[in-house]
Amino acid sequence: MNIKNLYKGMIAGALMVSAASCTKDLNRLPIVQVTSASVYNNPVTIKEALAKVYGGLALSGQDVSTSPDINAPDVGSNTYFRNWWEAEELPTDEAVIAWNDGDLQQYHTMNWTPQMAYLTLWYNRVFFEISSANEFIRELPDSKISSFGASDAANIKTYRNEARFLRALAYWHAIDHFGNIPFATETSGVGQLPKQASRDSVFKFVESELLDLQTLLPDPGQNEYGRADKGAVWTLLAKLYLNAKVYTGQDHSTDCITFCNKIISSNAYSLAANYANLFEIDNHTTSKEIIFAIRANGLTSQSYGNSTFLVHAAIGGSMDPSQFGVGGGWGGLRVTSALYNLFSDPSGNTDTRAMFYTSGQTKDIADLKNFNDGYAVTKFKNISSTGKAGSDPSGNFADLDFPLFRLGDIYLMYAEAVLRGGAGGDAATALGYVNALRDRAYGNTTGEITATDLTLPFILDERGRELYWEGGRRTDLIRYDLFTSGTYLWPWKGGILNGTGVDGHLNIYPLASTDIVANPNLKQNPGYN
Amino acid sequence: MRKKRLLARAKVLLLLLLLCLHTFSQNRLISGKVTDAKDGSPLQGVSVIPVGSARGTTTNAKGEFQLSISPATKSLVFSSVGFTTREVAIGGESVSVSLVANNSSLNEIVVIGYGTQRKKDLTGSITTVSAKDFQQGAISTPDQLITGKIAGVVVTPNSGQPGVSSTIRIRGGSSIGASNNPLIVIDGVPLENITNSDGTSSISGAPNALSMLNPNDIESFTVLKDASATAIYGNRASNGVILITTKKGKSGGALRINLSSLNSLAVKTKDVNVLSAGQLRQIVNTQGTAAQKALLGTANTDWQEQIYQHAFTTDDNLSITGGVKHLPYRISLGYLDNNGILKTGYLRRKSAALNLSPVLLDNHLHIDVNLKGTYADNRFGSSGAVGEAVRMDPTQPVYDKSSPYGGYFEWQQGNIPNVLSTRNPLADLMLTRDISTVKRSIGNIQLDYSLPFLPELRANMNVGYDISKSEGGKYIDPKYAGSYTNGGSQSAYSQYRRTKLFDFYLNYTKELTSIRSRFDLTAGYEYEDFYRASPATATRSVTGFNPVNNAPAQTTYGLPDSSQSTLLSFYGRLNYSFNDRYLLTATVRRDGSSRFGPNNRYGTFPSIAFAWKVNQESFMKTLPVFSDLKLRLGYGVTGNQDIGNNYGYLANYTQSTATTQYQFGTTSYYTYRGEAYAANIQWEQTAAYDAGLDFGFFKQRLSGSLDFYYKKTSHLLLDVNQPSLSNLSNHVITNVGDLENRGVELNINALAVTSKDFTWNVGFNFSYYKNKITKLSLVIDTTSPGYQTGAIGGGTGNQIQINSVNYPVNSFYLYKQVYDQKGLPVEGVYADVNKNNGKNLFYHYKSPNPAATIGFSSQFGYRSWSLAFAMHGNFGNYMYNNVKSNLGTFSSISNPNNYIGNASTDYLHSNFQNAQYFSDYYVENASFVRMDNISLGYNFGKVIQKKINLRLSAIVQNAFVITKYTGLDPEIPGGIDNNIYPKPRIWSLGVNLDY
Repeated sequence: MNIKNLYKGMIAGALMVSAASCTKDLNRLPIVQVTSASVYNNPVTIKEALAKVYGGLALSGQDVSTSPDINAPDVGSNTYFRNWWEAEELPTDEAVIAWNDGDLQQYHTMNWTPQMAYLTLWYNRVFFEISSANEFIRELPDSKISSFGASDAANIKTYRNEARFLRALAYWHAIDHFGNIPFATETSGVGQLPKQASRDSVFKFVESELLDLQTLLPDPGQNEYGRADKGAVWTLLAKLYLNAKVYTGQDHSTDCITFCNKIISSNAYSLAANYANLFEIDNHTTSKEIIFAIRANGLTSQSYGNSTFLVHAAIGGSMDPSQFGVGGGWGGLRVTSALYNLFSDPSGNTDTRAMFYTSGQTKDIADLKNFNDGYAVTKFKNISSTGKAGSDPSGNFADLDFPLFRLGDIYLMYAEAVLRGGAGGDAATALGYVNALRDRAYGNTTGEITATDLTLPFILDERGRELYWEGGRRTDLIRYDLFTSGTYLWPWKGGILNGTGVDGHLNIYPLASTDIVANPNLKQNPGYN
Repeated sequence: MRKKRLLARAKVLLLLLLLCLHTFSQNRLISGKVTDAKDGSPLQGVSVIPVGSARGTTTNAKGEFQLSISPATKSLVFSSVGFTTREVAIGGESVSVSLVANNSSLNEIVVIGYGTQRKKDLTGSITTVSAKDFQQGAISTPDQLITGKIAGVVVTPNSGQPGVSSTIRIRGGSSIGASNNPLIVIDGVPLENITNSDGTSSISGAPNALSMLNPNDIESFTVLKDASATAIYGNRASNGVILITTKKGKSGGALRINLSSLNSLAVKTKDVNVLSAGQLRQIVNTQGTAAQKALLGTANTDWQEQIYQHAFTTDDNLSITGGVKHLPYRISLGYLDNNGILKTGYLRRKSAALNLSPVLLDNHLHIDVNLKGTYADNRFGSSGAVGEAVRMDPTQPVYDKSSPYGGYFEWQQGNIPNVLSTRNPLADLMLTRDISTVKRSIGNIQLDYSLPFLPELRANMNVGYDISKSEGGKYIDPKYAGSYTNGGSQSAYSQYRRTKLFDFYLNYTKELTSIRSRFDLTAGYEYEDFYRASPATATRSVTGFNPVNNAPAQTTYGLPDSSQSTLLSFYGRLNYSFNDRYLLTATVRRDGSSRFGPNNRYGTFPSIAFAWKVNQESFMKTLPVFSDLKLRLGYGVTGNQDIGNNYGYLANYTQSTATTQYQFGTTSYYTYRGEAYAANIQWEQTAAYDAGLDFGFFKQRLSGSLDFYYKKTSHLLLDVNQPSLSNLSNHVITNVGDLENRGVELNINALAVTSKDFTWNVGFNFSYYKNKITKLSLVIDTTSPGYQTGAIGGGTGNQIQINSVNYPVNSFYLYKQVYDQKGLPVEGVYADVNKNNGKNLFYHYKSPNPAATIGFSSQFGYRSWSLAFAMHGNFGNYMYNNVKSNLGTFSSISNPNNYIGNASTDYLHSNFQNAQYFSDYYVENASFVRMDNISLGYNFGKVIQKKINLRLSAIVQNAFVITKYTGLDPEIPGGIDNNIYPKPRIWSLGVNLDY
């Protein structure tokens, strides 16, 4: 009887205790992950959240081959830099790629559709970057910032302004590539469906943000290296204005000159003595030419889509990877003969910017997918100016900071804006800037041009020689209306060996079909329906 | 103490066995007659067997028998199909017995969720497979015991690795984005999902969470298929439920000791067809560049021969069962040493299980205690070696004395290994040591108390746990080319998992003869909590530096993982039977899950089923041929909460690893990422209908069931695209889609022959099913083809399957190959199937899911001999031959990267220069029939002092496969064949001793 009662008691007791007390166990909170509240309560973790917004340009996610930011079939191939670079360079005369990956080759054949997977990756990536910036800005309203001590508050305010700069940069890339795009700022929260904004209105948004930021960010060269300052803001404004006619129909060459002048007259920047040093791992210490860079570190900041991509993908055939400070090549990127032919002496002996590898390679490209077809490029290296290899001993990941904005580009932009009739500059100064670049390239004055040589077509060619593979060729060609038209043909343009003109609607990429489906507010760009 | 003595006794018995196999011959003659209890008519063909012997006799037409028995024989067993078996003590020299007719299989008690039921009272689609019908041979994981045994249950081993997991699908998958694994319940303890959302084992370091259970301890599998049976498991039941019951002691039973040893040799069945050294040489010499010709070697290496071995496996088990008064017990020990055919890999498992099932308090309290413990050591042969052996140049030697890479030949680039080239597969195996030690214990105590003052009312409490600890590590020799420049690599990981269960229910059963009704009511509460933790991992260099430039090597870090989820549920069931003809079952479960936000936390899952025992009707009494005829109709709603993320509804942030920081100035900063989330995420719901017919003829000598079902899953949890800028990633898991599954299932069992010397049983099952996606997005979208999936080897990020509305899950999505007049594929030429000038060449092709599956097994017995086989087959399943698509090209041999590769012999047929990953040429019909096992056994009867029964068996598993598929194996889950660890053929010899 005793035992019976004991059992009965046990059972009844257990029943009551468990039923009453366990519902609160359904409120399980993350153990490893943290919530936004804890991240944004600490100046240290706030800076780490800022590092994400910057890192969004270079990294694929929270780990190098897992935990991607974007749902991509291959983690490594989906980063902002790599996707932007591919969309800017592969459809042009500057670069071809050998890889038979998915629909990557559609960049060459120029028959991309709203379903193109690689384009969708890029589309998703640029809007991920904007979302990251929006989230950072949203979580740090003035009321929140004022709760920190004065010096922390000042720093955090700068962080927030840098996030606004990064958002402006991404929005510029977005309208440059995708035209009329979904648009949202920090004021719309998670779950809100964004509206579509015209290219013109986003242009105005980016412009106003940057005009505001130019007074708020640190002076040129005064921020930590890798973080944006006034120089970065001015450069982005200059680029926005140089291409303004494409976006808005209005010429802004004068404004372009204004901001080129601000950069140049700040005296914070000067040309690197040696062109090759700009693309080596100590590029930010060997000169003061770089205005804003996408940073890389072979040990602490690894990605298959920062400069690691650019260095590895360019190596193949009989090239020795150790000459480039890496463990191997990916056998992908070469140039078309159109770019190669821009150099009157492509050997590199006179114009040192001609950095080609020809041994075992053919000049003409019979087969896009064969690395040996087309000359290879030796411009980007994971070694220092003194020949020391990068920090990753296995040679998998590069240390090379990619120069997104540099003074050489500003000189050419100034010259072009002057030639396009902009006020505030003059042809003689423009000629001086162009010749400064050519003097550096030739090591002497033999490469100099005269005032009569300085024409718009010359500037485009010179941009090819000076800036090839630095991203931006598609934008340049569109500004000159040569990207789609039959006026200028290069090998494999439009997927034809001898090149062919293609329809003008291809000047703007389509919005990703996945987004059109998910967001009924969006209307596809013309020509893609 | 007792246990020790028993063990000692077992040892003595073994010794005795080795001494001699001797029989005595002081037999005596006994005779008798067997009659039918109903009318006293003689029964012919009744088997009469002395207890403890294999040799008996059967009765003649007059029901009489005569038998010579040994003096030790105390009783005889009388059995006949359709009658209850009787054991009768031998008094004098004659024995007369009457047998009572029964529907034996119908009186079986079947385990159902939270209780048991007589088979004849079942209203749902439930199939039980017990130990005697399991697959035979060297089987290291429980899931493979029921391969091909149950209609609508497809068990596909993922490879031939020791202890490998299987993909288990009951009535197809009910989900796309969430788990499709059935819920597995062991002795009333529901287990955590056996796989993580990425398909890996939920127990780190164990190739398969179920490999931590000894199959020899399992008594039966009961599979609940339709919603009326599964709905009592509510939120985890959408993919069916498998109830595993382990072996128990028997009340009042005598001490029994069983010792078994099964020893096997596994051999590979065939090779992937690749070019021979001679063929490769000829191709390079005629088509290669000068540089490539210079790379050719002089050797003649069969790389696939190098990496595989004949692998020995032993599986030894000892079990002791018995009952001391009211304490039945079973103790078992098992040892498995399972070596893989891929060199270096093994699974060594030690397991112990204890069951105590005492009955106390005048039969009012039934206690059931189960404790299982397993300790497993694993070594994983580097799986990359399988593909490397296929790709490696056969003109190169295995070893190279001058090689700095451990003496193995490797491709070089300058003075470092060529990173793009194929690594030496044997070096990969031999210079890599990937090991783990996993401990797991599952236990429960169940108290079942019927109240003395109200015996119709039972209270049942079940408290259980499932704990595992894993530790593992991978060591890569600094000399291995794959990590040469990092100075080798060493890493370690660990994991702790804990599941807690508390379950309590009340059951009230009442027979009201006045209204010819029987009520059986159950109401209960269950609490289950799942916790797991694994610390951050680090991968370090062994030597600490790069031997080429002496630079310090790097360390990489993985992310830690720790999470917890809780389920809290109330459930109830009513079984009502009227006049023993009309059966009604209604269940309801209300579940709360911590995986969902407060607004969506609870879900209610009802079911109702009705059955009509047609054969009980008076008009059926005139048709005695029917021993069973029951019509079943059922409907129910179940849920799926296994979405892979425990906190999907919450906004949270993830820190980066140390190698994924971002640098400002000279300092690197960790990054914090806000994760995308869907605050309103909720259950997937599957509404299922089932109509079934159970039938039995000739006193159940022929029996079976036929089921039709239709399942519709809504609120399908899918990883779907998010509108840009509306969330923190481009995708989030949320509820958007709908999916349908429908099918037919047929199970037939027949006792074809049962005579004195000869018995023959046959089991056959067939199922046909179809699934279709009916919705994938909130906004109906006609332009989007759907979500691509099915990553393949070759290129970067290529996917060849798709989930599209109106198509089956994971349909192939490819280009339609154009063939020339000779029937050969034309490289790069595809049909303009969408008639849009080749802008989009993709089209939906076949599906990897089988349309029909069959299982067929047969057991013959002749005197002391037994011969059995089991086979199963799939029809209408298609496979993408990724080995051919990746390697059947000239570019697979020739590349500009300073090494030679090998190619699939398919290159000789297609003559493709470059890979054509998206050609439907590579999709093949992979219908097949596989002979799972053929076993031959001989029962020697009592051999040592008439006390020990000896049985020997010889078994061959995976005896043959009939298929048109040209790859290695037509049976691969997912339909993509890319260098799978091959399933071996296994030859086994078994010895079984019973005391």
